[in-house]
Amino acid sequence: MAKFFADAHEFLPILLQGVWLTIVVTVGSLILSTLLGMVWALMRVSRLRVLQRVSAGIVNGIRGIPIIVQLFYIYFVMPELGVTLTALQAAIIGLGIAYSAYQAENFRAGIEAIDKGQIEASESLGMGWALMMRRVILPQAVKIILPPYGNIMIMMLKDSSQASTITVAELTMKGQLVASSTFKYTSVLTMVALLYLIMSVPLILFVGWLERRMQQAK
Amino acid sequence: MIELTEVHKSFGSVEVLRGVSASIRRGEVVCIIGPSGSGKSTILRCINGLETYDGGTVTVDGVRVDRASADIKSIRTQISMVFQRFNLFPHRTALENVIEGPIYVKGVRREEAVPRAMELLSRVGLGGKANAYPLELSGGQMQRVAIARALAMQPKAILFDEPTSSLDPELVGEVLAVMRQLAEDGMTMVVVTHEIRFAQEVADRVLFLDHGTILEEGQARQVLTTPQHARTQEFLRRVLTPI
Repeated sequence: MAKFFADAHEFLPILLQGVWLTIVVTVGSLILSTLLGMVWALMRVSRLRVLQRVSAGIVNGIRGIPIIVQLFYIYFVMPELGVTLTALQAAIIGLGIAYSAYQAENFRAGIEAIDKGQIEASESLGMGWALMMRRVILPQAVKIILPPYGNIMIMMLKDSSQASTITVAELTMKGQLVASSTFKYTSVLTMVALLYLIMSVPLILFVGWLERRMQQAK
Repeated sequence: MIELTEVHKSFGSVEVLRGVSASIRRGEVVCIIGPSGSGKSTILRCINGLETYDGGTVTVDGVRVDRASADIKSIRTQISMVFQRFNLFPHRTALENVIEGPIYVKGVRREEAVPRAMELLSRVGLGGKANAYPLELSGGQMQRVAIARALAMQPKAILFDEPTSSLDPELVGEVLAVMRQLAEDGMTMVVVTHEIRFAQEVADRVLFLDHGTILEEGQARQVLTTPQHARTQEFLRRVLTPI
């Protein structure tokens, strides 16, 4: 036990550098996946069949390919097409795109859950589609979308570890490097796990609180 | 003002409207009665383009009602609708529900829209409930807010789709009273309803719809007290004396 704390004291600074990149990757890909997810979702619920089909195709395509493969594609294949990215950029873009599919499905489910009567009331007042989405549907859909969105955030925090496969020195990779060079696997990996828990448990508690809040609001 | 000519409408393989023709003049109150599934609500929804129709024409002041055309917005701002299940915006207060159309669809300034909305809410007896959310209101109150919301668009006509069917029996009266006052003030109204007494006392004309066709129509008093068609007679007998 005393050994653990000694090791912790020694390796924590390095692991914290990893934590920083973990946070950067998570936040960056969260923002990108949210924006893209909204685009796919709005295309899907639009009145235009072409947009619906394109969106469905993109979302299903993304969902059908493992995240690691998508990351490899962006990091290794893009340069062959003339686009060079740093590992960090590739990680944020790759995870952002990969998770945009799940975000899109969540947004779509929230929007489609809104009572059809709301659409009828909006239309009968003369509202166009965009106005109706902005003033009536989306404000109500937010309540339904938030708890699963929180869960997606937690998943993205953990999946940021996949960035290590394309050399991003986030927490998992830092842990692997330190452990394999010191052979102190038990201490180091325990620390890595604890650090992830320290980041995710508050998020988990927050999502639980959100879910209870949304239930009360009904 | 509102003209339906040989309107046909099917949902899949079920033909719901089989050649419906009707004419509603400015200032008239027309009640549409008939058994469930006869197509009564569908007629209303064809008038403001909530439904498409497959044959015939529906026009409002000479303009063809076509859900896909650019004219539909103009038609919808002139013809308001009140729904069986109210369809108020739950995330907005009563006042906000009423000003939503005028401000965001018609572009009325807030300083103008709010006092008008307050006046409408008072007119339907809900001046004190302006800041209440629909969740806090009774069914009858919600429907009266819905009527105020419809009136706020300053429509030429209001379509009522079974406005009291979802209400507790005790709350029906307060909504019918508001509707009666609207009729007396000269509003053009097309009302799908099962409230035969209301139709008798307030409507100018009554249309009896059965299986997608108008079996009988005429002056309200005449159709409801001395119906000519056997099916109308049977329907009225069943509705007025259920036991």
